[in-house]
Amino acid sequence: MPHLSAKNDEHSSANYSLMSRIYDAIRTNLKAKVGLIILTIFLLVAIFASLLAPYDPNEMSLDMMSEPSFQHLLGTDDLGRDLLSRIIWGTQVSLFVGFITVAISMIVGVFLGVWAGYYGGWIDMIIMRYIDLQWAFPNFIIAVYLVAVFGTGLLNIIIAISLAFLDDFARVARSMVLTIKEQPYIEAARVQGTSDFRIMFKHILPNSVGPIIVQASVSISYAILGEASLSFLGLGVSANTPTWGLILADGRSFISQAWWLGVFPGLAIMLIVLSINFIGDAVRDAFDIRHTEI
Amino acid sequence: MFGYITRRILGALLVMIAVSTLVFFMLRLVPGDPIAAMLADAGSDEAREALTKKFGFDQPVIIQYFKWIWNLLQGDLGASLYGSNQKVTSILAEALPRTLSLACLSFFIAIAIALPAGIISAVKKNTTADHTVSIFAFLGLSMPDFWLAILLIIVFAANLQWLPAIGYAPLSSGFWEWLRHLILPSIAIGTGFSAIIARMLRSSLLGELKSDYMRTAAAKGLSDTSMVVVHALPNAMLPVITVLGIAIALLFSGAVVVENVFSIKGLGRVLIQGILNRDYPVVQGAVLLISAFFVFANLIVDLLYAVIDPRVRYD
Repeated sequence: MPHLSAKNDEHSSANYSLMSRIYDAIRTNLKAKVGLIILTIFLLVAIFASLLAPYDPNEMSLDMMSEPSFQHLLGTDDLGRDLLSRIIWGTQVSLFVGFITVAISMIVGVFLGVWAGYYGGWIDMIIMRYIDLQWAFPNFIIAVYLVAVFGTGLLNIIIAISLAFLDDFARVARSMVLTIKEQPYIEAARVQGTSDFRIMFKHILPNSVGPIIVQASVSISYAILGEASLSFLGLGVSANTPTWGLILADGRSFISQAWWLGVFPGLAIMLIVLSINFIGDAVRDAFDIRHTEI
Repeated sequence: MFGYITRRILGALLVMIAVSTLVFFMLRLVPGDPIAAMLADAGSDEAREALTKKFGFDQPVIIQYFKWIWNLLQGDLGASLYGSNQKVTSILAEALPRTLSLACLSFFIAIAIALPAGIISAVKKNTTADHTVSIFAFLGLSMPDFWLAILLIIVFAANLQWLPAIGYAPLSSGFWEWLRHLILPSIAIGTGFSAIIARMLRSSLLGELKSDYMRTAAAKGLSDTSMVVVHALPNAMLPVITVLGIAIALLFSGAVVVENVFSIKGLGRVLIQGILNRDYPVVQGAVLLISAFFVFANLIVDLLYAVIDPRVRYD
């Protein structure tokens, strides 16, 4: 038993130091603090959208293309729909798609990368040849092509964006595994008869978490931009769900008469991506990964 | 060196063969057939049969695949399923100069912004100038390119009426005519790209400025300008070149979206229209061409790297 508890301590301290590193990175960095505040506000807006939105986002009225006023804080669109309410509801899709897609591609990508790096041989070859192949396309083009294959809709968008980012995580995880698996403590674990699965996910993975988190912070902002771009191109969630990209696409034809339709939805996208970039930058500094600084 | 170059080129060719295979089979995996989508469930059985035969969908997939590769090798990508069934190659040939013009000008604008911005922020580290560049770089990275495109249209096309909001003019209609149609879309695409390069250049230049040879250069009494431009900058460009591959991906992705904002019928617009129309031959062709460019650009970046970095040795 003493052996077991010592091990638990070691794990919790590893987790503590990880969380505290991220926490310290954000606490000591002004940009990261601003980012966290903006992101929190957006999260709250997404959660309480039904309470905050002054109108039904799809409710049309005769008050068409009216300028921002006290009645409609951000104005209305060509069908008389309240822009503020549409942007508030759009927050949900944007954040949901951004985080869920990165979570999926992180889990699957890291699993593939760890698997390939740990076993090497033909498993590595098959997985990495596929990853290399995906590397031959820009991520956004992959997402566009997958939407062409699967069709539009929330689930398909999530699948398309998750698959598009898979290769980034697989590469990062694999390269971490390749360096860590040669360490003496991994050898020791293997000699003790620890199962491969346990070595991979209990011993190697916790030690490669830094670069993976950094990759995730980069990917979330690109995933949010990706969803917005797809929606803007008409390859998005659906014509009835207000998303920021769709609101911009709908307003696109009227921007010369109604500037607010072109300005505010994009401002929302930029603010949310900016907040994540601010936080991601601080996290990257905390893990001191210079080569991914782009 | 020669062996390395040959291997890289062969590798790129293999990737392209794999890419075309993937592109072909992915579309065949889709439930439901393109003929049904084309006829929108309105056509008669005869029409369906005629179309199926016309596009060869009645043959086994594997035969279709070899036909497609065979035709591909002869430069034949099939014909559009719509309109006058224009050949995909001629659609792409029409679109290509537009996207290339856009990509080149965006690249040029991005470098023109990024070089001075990156150098200033590194040399004047932690000053107001550095912070200003940093804020602009963050904004550039975070701004969706299609939104920047819309803002530019609102300001420079709709209000000031300096530049056109839509369309493209070929180079044959005059240099200025060509350029003025491309300025706004190129700025929209190039801005995010310049932010990436400026930040990369800053961090790599900072590393170089701290190195021993810079102290030697200072001790020799070299001027600040020649220290930075002649000594530090060439070395600092190396890591920048490695991210060019990533940046070129962004350039193409940007072109796909921004062409649609400005109604420029380049590769991006052809691709998106093809998807919306379920015009599969066109989609296949466009994706293939875009990824060929991307693979080719990365090949050039790798070879460039081998040429300019004497420390890199290839067996």
